[in-house]
Amino acid sequence: MSDVTPYLVLSAILFTIGCTGVLIRRNAIVVFMCVELMLNAANLALVAFSRQHGNLDGQVAAFFVMVVAAAEVVIGLAIIMTIFRTRRSASVDEASLLKW
Amino acid sequence: MVPWVIGLPLIGAAVLLVGGRHTDRWGPYLATLLPGLSFLLSVILFLHELGAHDKSHVSHLYTWIDAGRLHVGADLLYDQLSSLFLLLITGVGTLIHVYSLGYMAHDPRRRRFFGYLNLFVAAMLTLVLAENYLVLFLGWEGVGLASYLLIGFWQHKPSAAAAAKKAFVMNRVGDMGLSLAIALCFVTFGSTSFAVVSHGVAHASEERMTILGLLLLLGACGKSAQLPLQAWLLDAMEGPTPVSALIHAATMVTAGVYLMVRSNFVLDVAPGARTAVVVVAVVTLLWGAIIGCAKDDIKKVLAGSTMSQIGYMMLAAGLGPAGYAFAIFHLLTHGFFKANMFLGAGSVMHGMTGPDGEGDVDMRHYGALRTAMPVTFLTFAMGYLAIIGFPGFSGFWSKDKIIDAALHEHWYVGALALLGAGITAFYMTRLMLMTFFGERRWLDGVHPHESPKVMTGPLVALAALSVLGGLLLLGSWIQDYLEPVVGAPPEDSSGLPAWFASVLTVLVVACGVALAWLLVGRRPVAATSPQQVAWPVTVARHDLYGDAINDTMVVAPGRRLTGVLLSVDRYGVDGVLTGGPFAVGALAGVFRRLQNGYVRSYALSVLGGGLVIVLALMVVNWQ
Amino acid sequence: MTATYVITAPVMILAALGILVVRKAVHAALLLAVVMIGLAMVYASLDAPFLFAVQIVVYTGAILMLFLFVLMLVGVDASDSVVETIRGHRIASLLTGLLLGVLLVVTILQLSFGTMKGLAHATALGPGQGGNMPALANQLFSRYVVAFEATSALLITAAVGAMVLAHRERLEPRPSQAELARRRVRQYGEAGTHLGPLPAPGTLARHNAVGTPALLPDGTPSPSSIPPTLRHATPGGRELEESHE
Repeated sequence: MSDVTPYLVLSAILFTIGCTGVLIRRNAIVVFMCVELMLNAANLALVAFSRQHGNLDGQVAAFFVMVVAAAEVVIGLAIIMTIFRTRRSASVDEASLLKW
Repeated sequence: MVPWVIGLPLIGAAVLLVGGRHTDRWGPYLATLLPGLSFLLSVILFLHELGAHDKSHVSHLYTWIDAGRLHVGADLLYDQLSSLFLLLITGVGTLIHVYSLGYMAHDPRRRRFFGYLNLFVAAMLTLVLAENYLVLFLGWEGVGLASYLLIGFWQHKPSAAAAAKKAFVMNRVGDMGLSLAIALCFVTFGSTSFAVVSHGVAHASEERMTILGLLLLLGACGKSAQLPLQAWLLDAMEGPTPVSALIHAATMVTAGVYLMVRSNFVLDVAPGARTAVVVVAVVTLLWGAIIGCAKDDIKKVLAGSTMSQIGYMMLAAGLGPAGYAFAIFHLLTHGFFKANMFLGAGSVMHGMTGPDGEGDVDMRHYGALRTAMPVTFLTFAMGYLAIIGFPGFSGFWSKDKIIDAALHEHWYVGALALLGAGITAFYMTRLMLMTFFGERRWLDGVHPHESPKVMTGPLVALAALSVLGGLLLLGSWIQDYLEPVVGAPPEDSSGLPAWFASVLTVLVVACGVALAWLLVGRRPVAATSPQQVAWPVTVARHDLYGDAINDTMVVAPGRRLTGVLLSVDRYGVDGVLTGGPFAVGALAGVFRRLQNGYVRSYALSVLGGGLVIVLALMVVNWQ
Repeated sequence: MTATYVITAPVMILAALGILVVRKAVHAALLLAVVMIGLAMVYASLDAPFLFAVQIVVYTGAILMLFLFVLMLVGVDASDSVVETIRGHRIASLLTGLLLGVLLVVTILQLSFGTMKGLAHATALGPGQGGNMPALANQLFSRYVVAFEATSALLITAAVGAMVLAHRERLEPRPSQAELARRRVRQYGEAGTHLGPLPAPGTLARHNAVGTPALLPDGTPSPSSIPPTLRHATPGGRELEESHE
């Protein structure tokens, strides 16, 4: 087992939990939080590998991920709020008209 | 000149049917004139024929079919046999056209009627003038069509429409036999021409010729209303009386006999087929006679009589060269007296028209008409005496010759023919007694009167022919005349003298007449048909259950088969075609439930799909 | 595998699992905060001090707080029901997740990368100056400057977009102070609505906690002094709820 393996395993587990959360949770904001969890897991992998390879590319990438995640959260939450204003509900199950 | 004999009535039919309403005024007269001209041409041809050396000539019109090995020309053969038929068809046909001018005078569709009559005459002439089986078949189908059109002429009557259909469909069965016979001719001889076939029969196998003969017999049975295809003839009386006279007495129904006689070369080498002809003929002549005894409708009695008399002709044809000439002889005389009697019946119906304008066919409403309609009575009496075989009349000569030939062949065949003669005498006398003698049983509002001259004229002419028709036998003329076509009759080997059959026949006929006098003439005739009757009468009234037999044996299974085929088509063939889309639809109905609109389910499918792909890649690249 | 890792990893995993199961969204947010702080600690142990700081400040401090703000706006009471609306979905999701996890972990365990090189060499860049931040800055502004500029543009776009989305058009003119006052007096006259501001919580009470109801002159608690959201959390708040206004 390499030095980097524990961090990768942790990253994988967090990622999986984030995925399952997206599938299971109904509150749109909690789903969003799980997406953030997945991003964080990816960040962890990047930083671990940065140390593994001995250059800072991974950390720079993690930094950019954070920035982009921030921007994404801003817009996402604004959208959720706008939807909430019209629908009075934050459940992802509400938008279910595109079906058979 | 021969093609013009056919061409003139054909032109008449075309002008009247295609010309439409514009020809309404003068159409019927043109249609009566043209067969008359054909008759003149036939007489000229006949006289020319009598004196000519080479007695038959072929007119080749054009090549009809030229396909591979099959070469069929539109050829017309004028020989002794066709000459007699030409005279019969055009002569009797013209007389009936004249009669129809009076009979159909008040019908608004008479122009069409005359058009169909001309069409019929043209088709019948084609039939008898054909040089090969295919042209004969053309005429055969043509007369079938004309018969359908004319039986169902009064289209508004459902019974007439049904009768026309019945006649056509039963004829179809016979036509199938003839078609198969033509095909067999082609396969065996390579040609359908009479000349080729007549020379080829000597080299063909007997069983093949027997089959050919049986197929031709089937065709003849259809057209001539012999068993088993006899049920349509009585229903065909739905048509106007001139139609019954021309088509279902004198000409069309005799086409079967013509076919048999024309195909004598086939029957001569196939004794099995010939036996079949004799059996069918004997059964039919008794069948028709029995039916005729129990009917109250005057036309149906005459129709049963026609069925029976054609049985005689077929019997004669089945007896071989000894009988062919007599078959034709009886055919001619029968044409005269039966047409005579049918027209007479039409005259009676015309005279018995009730206040509703409908002619009455029920003999129970007749009685003592000989004083009210003298000309009709006298002419009808001539036909009656001819048909029962009163000595001296035409029927006496022709029928007795047949019975004579039958007795020479086999004594039991002759005995049955004699029995038929007796029954014929019985029912014809019954008809005469019920119609012209006895008490008046006329309904209210009926004033019997004599028919106009345009109708009685043809009656007189036909009555004269009924009387004088026997002249054809003078000095065995007709036998010698037809010998080139049908072959020489064998020497008389039986020990019976020629007059023996005649005496026997006269005795039997006298018994029949006496029986009729006792049962019908002496007792008063009931005004309505009695229901409590002996079982033979009930059986005869139901046409000896001919229709019932047809229904159970043919119609019901046919209907069931059609039902099965319909189901196979609907559920099998259509099912395969619509089943595919149906299956797709069902599958789609199952699969569309995957799209339940929930984002989470879709996310699950995305994740699941991705996992499957990764797993697959891993499995493939496993090392 | 440092000590930091050994301690924080189970905590993080438990907290993440907790996000899956808690009913209230606020609890989920707090659990996410736990995970993020744990991660920050792991970054620190991985020679990434800058990221450690940024993780706490930006991620936990800004982004997560943003989540909490929106939660408050949307409805902090909102809790998911336990019953699953889509048949079989929960089972299928758990199974798929499990499968995914197993797959990833097994794959990772098959790989071997060798020992970590460490960042000593990388952070020793720069003239005489070492350190993680200068090295990062060096990379950021030289190799990744285009990405840097692009992300800054992205941030601006995000801010503008959020403003556009959150903006509400005013359909009628904004009522002035005088108009509001007139309205209040009218309502008092017609319906007897309380004219002044609501009593602050804790007024005349023995406690000044936000959840303590104010006391009226006769000593009874005032129902209008506690916001409805907090009523179930206060002692005696349930009686207030029953006597609700």
